[in-house]
Amino acid sequence: MRIPCPECGSRDQREFVYQGAAIALDRPQVDDDDAAWDAYLHLRDNPAGETRDLWYHEAGCGRWLVVRRNTLTHEVLGAELALAHPKAKGASA
Amino acid sequence: MTRFSAWEVLKKGLSGNTDWTPHWRDADPRASYDVVIIGGGGHGLSTAYYLAKNHGITNVAVLEKGYLGGGNIGRNTTIVRANYMLPGNSEFYSHSLKLWEGLEPDLNFNVMHSQRGQIALFHSDGQRDAAVRRANAMINRGDDAEMLSQADLRKMLPYLNYDNARFPIYGGILQRRAGTARHDAVAWGYARGADSRGVDLIQNCEVTGIDIENGVVRGVQTSRGAIRAKKVAIVVAGRSSQVAAMAGMRLPIESHILQAFVTEGLKPCIDHVVSFGMGHYYISQSDKGGLVFGGNLDYYASYAARGNLPMKEHVMEAAMALMPMIGKAKVLRSWGGIMDMSPDGSPVIDKTHIDGLYLNCGWCYGGFKAVPGSGYSFAHLLATDKHHEPAAKFRLDRFQSGYGLMDEEGTGSQHNLH
Repeated sequence: MRIPCPECGSRDQREFVYQGAAIALDRPQVDDDDAAWDAYLHLRDNPAGETRDLWYHEAGCGRWLVVRRNTLTHEVLGAELALAHPKAKGASA
Repeated sequence: MTRFSAWEVLKKGLSGNTDWTPHWRDADPRASYDVVIIGGGGHGLSTAYYLAKNHGITNVAVLEKGYLGGGNIGRNTTIVRANYMLPGNSEFYSHSLKLWEGLEPDLNFNVMHSQRGQIALFHSDGQRDAAVRRANAMINRGDDAEMLSQADLRKMLPYLNYDNARFPIYGGILQRRAGTARHDAVAWGYARGADSRGVDLIQNCEVTGIDIENGVVRGVQTSRGAIRAKKVAIVVAGRSSQVAAMAGMRLPIESHILQAFVTEGLKPCIDHVVSFGMGHYYISQSDKGGLVFGGNLDYYASYAARGNLPMKEHVMEAAMALMPMIGKAKVLRSWGGIMDMSPDGSPVIDKTHIDGLYLNCGWCYGGFKAVPGSGYSFAHLLATDKHHEPAAKFRLDRFQSGYGLMDEEGTGSQHNLH
């Protein structure tokens, strides 16, 4: 599996650390209720097909990426910087 | 259905094995059932068997989208053990191991259960302390555990590399009652036992919808028509999220791929199950002679039932580090099972918020050895609406509440840590 890092180009999967579903970018507010935090921390769409997940380019540029992949075929469909995600605006790089 | 016995095998053998008959019916769906079980794998079939045997509930259908036992029970490494430490897990797997020990006479079916012993290695003084603690927990639960020194191990497992610079072997925990079983036979034995008690096993029948009215389950839609049911049980580890979504539920599950490997058939050389936790590696030898071994998750969400090369390389490196002799064997095949990974690494056997809809999922890497216990406890829940004591802590709401988490590895209740 190769991931097209926007900064570094197409790189081997081994350079990246997988974090999980990109729901991690949609952090609830501190005073949101238990259900919102449960949905964020534990519940997952877990699609069989196209998914969006977060990978950290540890052995490269050190950027967090949102990678679009197909979980049935392992095809990588694209990647963008997590910073480009609307919810991530204002987060530190 | 013919009952198996030495006499029957001899008699049928003398007549050229031509007059064996099918051991279960290929049933067509009826319009309604008391219980519909979605999923004809190990857990679904054992649930159906114990519903019929323990609770007398036989108006039951098992719906399988492919063929019986075609999912994860056909894609594992067949290890049976009860070496868990945390309350919740330990009583459950202890109960399951006891069921394994009586399974063959109970089912009148040879599941090739082989209590050859499992050895979990440790590599430092600190790990020895942790191993003693775990072994004591196992003994307290009523299961067996023995501490082996390096000298003991050298006699039993002369082929290990004891002087590995990074992970020298200090000793191991031996559980003599642990071992392996023939995975397919477990599915077949339960299928045969359920069918003979009147359960309909319906293959090529994919569930496409779950009918719910006013918070009460009414039945399912399938590729072979609608089926009404008083109770519906979801037992589809590997595809839990998709089936639960039909009931509008999101689960605390992320599906991951776990790879396994088998070599060409060899003469007997590995007599036990050996676990090398530090290398994320474990191995046993099948009765056909193949060395069956596996590693850790590939660590990205996947339903592909096959993995990528980096984990293959890691597993081969661990194999060579632990037992250099394996370098002479040729790998014949590799495959991947799809693991229902829960945040704390432990399973769910519970009711849902929908009346009559029950859920069995989240088996992580522990599903095969759990097959008897899971079916037994899930059948109890389905029949009585009460949790069965050994599985009473497998609650779905423990993640939201934070109460009763079973984080066996002590790494935290978070999706990417198990």
